[in-house]
Amino acid sequence: MGDPIDLDFNRRQMLLGTTASAALMAMPETAWSAPAPKEAEVTAKVSLSVNGAPHELDLDTRTTLLDALREHLHLSGTKKGCDHGQCGACTVIVDGRRINSCLTLAIMHQGSEITTIEGLGTPENLHPMQAAFIKHDGYQCGYCTPGQICSAVAVLAEIKAGIPSHVTTDLTVQPQATSIEMRERMSGNICRCGAYSNIADAMAEVAGRPA
Amino acid sequence: MKFDTPATTNPIDQLKVVGHPIDRIDGRYKVTGTAPYAYERHDAVGNPAYGFVIGAAIAKGRIASMDLAAAKAAPGVLAVITAENAGQLAKGDMNTVKLLAGPDIDHYHQAVALVVAETFEQARDGAEKVRIDYVRGQGRFDLAAARDGAGMAGSGYWGPPATSVGDFAGAFAAAPVQLDATYTTPDQGHAMMEPHASTAAWDGDKLTLWTSNQMIAWGVGDVAKTLGVAAENVRLISPFVGGGFGGKLFVRADAILAALGARAAKRPVKVALTRPLMFNNTTHRPATIQRIRIGASRDGKITAIGHESWSGDQPDGQPETTVGQTRLIYAGANRMTAMRLATLHLPEGNAMRAPGEAPGMMALEIAMDEMAEKLGLDPIAFRDLNDTQVDPESPDRPFSQRQLVECFRLGAARFGWDKRSPRPGAARDGRWLVGLGVAAAFRNNLVMASGARVRLDRRGLVTVETDMTDIGTGSYTIIAQTAAEMMGLPIDKVVVRLGDSAFPVSAGSGGQWGGNSSTAGVYAACVRLRDTVVERLRLNAAEVTFADGQVRSGDRTVPLAEAAADGDLVAEDKIEYGDLAKRYQQSTFGAHFVEVGVDAATAEIRVRRMLAVCAAGRILNPKSARSQVIGAMTMGVGAALMEELVVDKRRGFFVNHDLAGYEVPVHADIPHQEVAFLDEADPMSSPMKAKGVGELGLCGVGAAVANAIYNATGVRVRDYPVTLDKLLPLMS
Amino acid sequence: MRPFTYERAWTPAAAAVAAAGTPGAKFIAGGTNLLDLMKLQIETPLHLIDINGLALDKIEPTPEGGLQVGALVRNTDLAADARVRRDYPLLSRALLAGASGQLRNRATTAGNLLQRTRCPYFYDTNMPCNKRNPGSGCAALEGFSRPLAVIGGSGACIATNPSDMAVAMRALDAVVTTVGPAGESRTIAMADFHRLPGDTPHLESVLAPGELITGVTLPKPAGGTQIYHKVRDRASYAFALISVAAIVHKDGTGRVALGGVAPKPWRVEAAEADMPRGAKAVTSQLLAGAAPTSDNAFKLLLVERTLGAAMTEARG
Repeated sequence: MGDPIDLDFNRRQMLLGTTASAALMAMPETAWSAPAPKEAEVTAKVSLSVNGAPHELDLDTRTTLLDALREHLHLSGTKKGCDHGQCGACTVIVDGRRINSCLTLAIMHQGSEITTIEGLGTPENLHPMQAAFIKHDGYQCGYCTPGQICSAVAVLAEIKAGIPSHVTTDLTVQPQATSIEMRERMSGNICRCGAYSNIADAMAEVAGRPA
Repeated sequence: MKFDTPATTNPIDQLKVVGHPIDRIDGRYKVTGTAPYAYERHDAVGNPAYGFVIGAAIAKGRIASMDLAAAKAAPGVLAVITAENAGQLAKGDMNTVKLLAGPDIDHYHQAVALVVAETFEQARDGAEKVRIDYVRGQGRFDLAAARDGAGMAGSGYWGPPATSVGDFAGAFAAAPVQLDATYTTPDQGHAMMEPHASTAAWDGDKLTLWTSNQMIAWGVGDVAKTLGVAAENVRLISPFVGGGFGGKLFVRADAILAALGARAAKRPVKVALTRPLMFNNTTHRPATIQRIRIGASRDGKITAIGHESWSGDQPDGQPETTVGQTRLIYAGANRMTAMRLATLHLPEGNAMRAPGEAPGMMALEIAMDEMAEKLGLDPIAFRDLNDTQVDPESPDRPFSQRQLVECFRLGAARFGWDKRSPRPGAARDGRWLVGLGVAAAFRNNLVMASGARVRLDRRGLVTVETDMTDIGTGSYTIIAQTAAEMMGLPIDKVVVRLGDSAFPVSAGSGGQWGGNSSTAGVYAACVRLRDTVVERLRLNAAEVTFADGQVRSGDRTVPLAEAAADGDLVAEDKIEYGDLAKRYQQSTFGAHFVEVGVDAATAEIRVRRMLAVCAAGRILNPKSARSQVIGAMTMGVGAALMEELVVDKRRGFFVNHDLAGYEVPVHADIPHQEVAFLDEADPMSSPMKAKGVGELGLCGVGAAVANAIYNATGVRVRDYPVTLDKLLPLMS
Repeated sequence: MRPFTYERAWTPAAAAVAAAGTPGAKFIAGGTNLLDLMKLQIETPLHLIDINGLALDKIEPTPEGGLQVGALVRNTDLAADARVRRDYPLLSRALLAGASGQLRNRATTAGNLLQRTRCPYFYDTNMPCNKRNPGSGCAALEGFSRPLAVIGGSGACIATNPSDMAVAMRALDAVVTTVGPAGESRTIAMADFHRLPGDTPHLESVLAPGELITGVTLPKPAGGTQIYHKVRDRASYAFALISVAAIVHKDGTGRVALGGVAPKPWRVEAAEADMPRGAKAVTSQLLAGAAPTSDNAFKLLLVERTLGAAMTEARG
């Protein structure tokens, strides 16, 4: 069988960027085109380890980890939903902890071990959480999904590590992967399609608990 | 294929693939981050430049001057697009105001410029260096203040702005039990997770836009019109859409500015609206004021029902059509509706998930709850008493299917409705006051012409191509199920390609018409492909069956793939609709049940249980349909409890224009949700016998929550969202 | 976001020297608030000093029986520390009520103290805001003020401090420790750390230019029943409408601090004498002189009710 939705189709269309960039020097007719930059750029070198692979990048210091992943490494599974830490679509796991990659600079992650959705599993070799999201229909449009899955994987680890949450009744005992614990901990990942109930089911399955 | 007589038995009725809860065929791409969205087409476009949109700093007025010098001098900046240098631009048919403003400003954050640079960081910084002086004008921003001056809305797809049957005024005045109450719903934002985004590339005079758009053909038309180019030179590609909810029905500034930027920079350009820009730059669901009057006999029969609505929009805009369901949902001989429209200079109002019915049902279904209480009736019993199987305005026009009463009945049993105390404030669980609420769900079933192309190849694979979009609805999967059922194949022998204007024009995703209409279009194309196969294999058409990858006719059995041995077989057709929708009222129905807890001290509100029972024709895929409904229920909780674009009435804009300020529900707000579908197939809707569910699931939820809060606390809030500050002073 | 140069600092003193000696320099630790504001051109540093390499990420006991919390201890780690959970549950609860798991993993103790208001007009650079642009006016005063301050504000600004952690620290009598460019260290009581806006709402803390927070000292445990009740419209991942941090002893005495009502964590020690008399008595003193808007007057009643519920809960 083929891919059920054939992602390659549009790939045949064009690679315009590489050819068109040669035309950069031509002045557009109506809008203005750039002379040589006057202000100095500030760039810096950074080594990132992403999904186990080292990457040497020379980046504008302003580049967020999110944009380094999406625009420079073309790891666009990590999504930009708000760019302000208000949605969680950009969640990645850095040195074992989930963070919003939009609110950190790439240059601050020299030597960090970064895991993105692409590092959890592939279409041919799914992570158990990815498989559970499919089984329980824990998504709709799919845009928040990579962040949800990275968060879900990290949440189960956080519970196992004994990190409490807002809904943990007794701060002095080990929290459990109950539905309410998972829902509270997942609240930094907004899903406007409203797949929450199914995501909770998917997580419960991976956690080995009844939904 | 013309669908103008009720569907009879057809291959879909086999339900070997259709009707099953099949996992989404695009799922493994979504969960691995490999499904490509519009801003991330590294596969198709190398080395794009980046565009950053600047929004107007005022709500109304004009640009006095723009100083682009500093931006032009900024590192990496390639072009600055403004209305002054962009050339002639028209307004798209679907847009109420221009997408690139200047010198006149119609609303806050209307786009006034695009800065294009080598990198995103440079484009953003360049945008900060554009200096714009404005002359502030006078605008109107307050719906309540504009209410009295609002005129009757025009006619449109919603029908006439005012309706009248019998003698409403007389019957209402004479009714022994009356309700006359006014409700308000606020402006709401779609707040889809993927921002509006487009990547544009020109090849000579041909434009390709990878964009996030629900309605490809509308988009092609409006891009062409806006830019003044031929429609055949515009291609839209939108295989994945990160949520739309109506906010991506139309071409927005990202697409037009990406195209202009790419033309100026002579290079592909990609543009995403920033989150803080989205709420004021794009469309929203307009706020409403709704006055509802219901008169009934003492035994609970409605004798008069009236629904009037006020909303606002830009000049030449349209009303929020909140009264539509009130024309249809309950019996009553004397009826009236009216929609008035005020001119406001807030951002463009337009469709958001279930336009009209979503806010309309938020008001009407509180009113029904209030009326039931006045009558001393259970709210479900009151609705049962006033059920109608015909259009109450035209009693000779029956509903094609209507199982509203059955939805309530099943839901009541499942939810434990009999345990509800009719007396508010009677149930308590620790610090929580507990209440149950119910509301009807109602949304009309719309049908749209929809085309598809299907191709059989020698491997026995069937490929479906249609410009239908999958905005999270499950289009990929139900289309594959349809083609598999029609061609007698397992679903993994079907390939689906969507969201490309190179494909046949479909219904697109909107108005909950997409699922039924687009699969009906695929049905039509498959009927044609079956004919072609039969012809190619020289079979007897009268007795042919397609099953298990084989074609059988009498005692002859031929592998389907064999029909394509000498080359692909391609068939294209579209479904078109006759007047069945006029002869039969086609609507979808449901019942929403909600249990809430309200903190007795602080009035914090939390939803504890939710159930929706839906009667919406054949359910093509119970898994993805259920997701549509739970998603809608979630949005309904947002509408009930937190969502409000707050209008600054002096400055004329939505103040809380980000996802920290505009709160939508998070995981912790949503309990486990139950959904039940009644077994139904509607032969009037299409050969699929399906209807929509994606919007039905939203209609009524808000009222069910509000009614549950009333049952918990005894405080009736008629102004959404129902927040704790509205309860607190009235709770002892 | 303007271009900026970037360096990593390795000692607190060196960081302070670098900050004092470089025009437009700012420290960056978690970055969760600073980068947010830089993207909107609200913060415009020319130079960032990354202090994540400073060895300020420990929580250590003090000779006085308290805890010394390093400036760079992440919110998650502070909330999860066994000693904090046992002896300062108010602090754990406040931290866990804030933001999201992702943000708490990144946000630091010092950064949390310095986070800026969430007033929507502060966040919109098209709007006048005396805090962002001194002298430009305040759009919130006649605009949307439901989330804003009911007390402690001024004619120039009614922004609230958005921190949950700081409210607990105020109730716990925590002390901020800093180091300055000359290598001098000092301590600042939480009560004195944040400024009220007055005519200078852009000045939010008493830190001097280049002064670096090195940590927060928690005095020995306060005991009692400790409750942090954060009230918000949605159940999680939202800033407080109001919050109540309460420490209630068996005899009914205790302490109360409030979040979401003022430009700083709000505590009036004198009001606490009335705790045995109940929430109404305490609230009337705590919020005496409040000047709410019509949008946010509900906060007064909400504080009273929330405090009452907390005191009831504490009595068990």
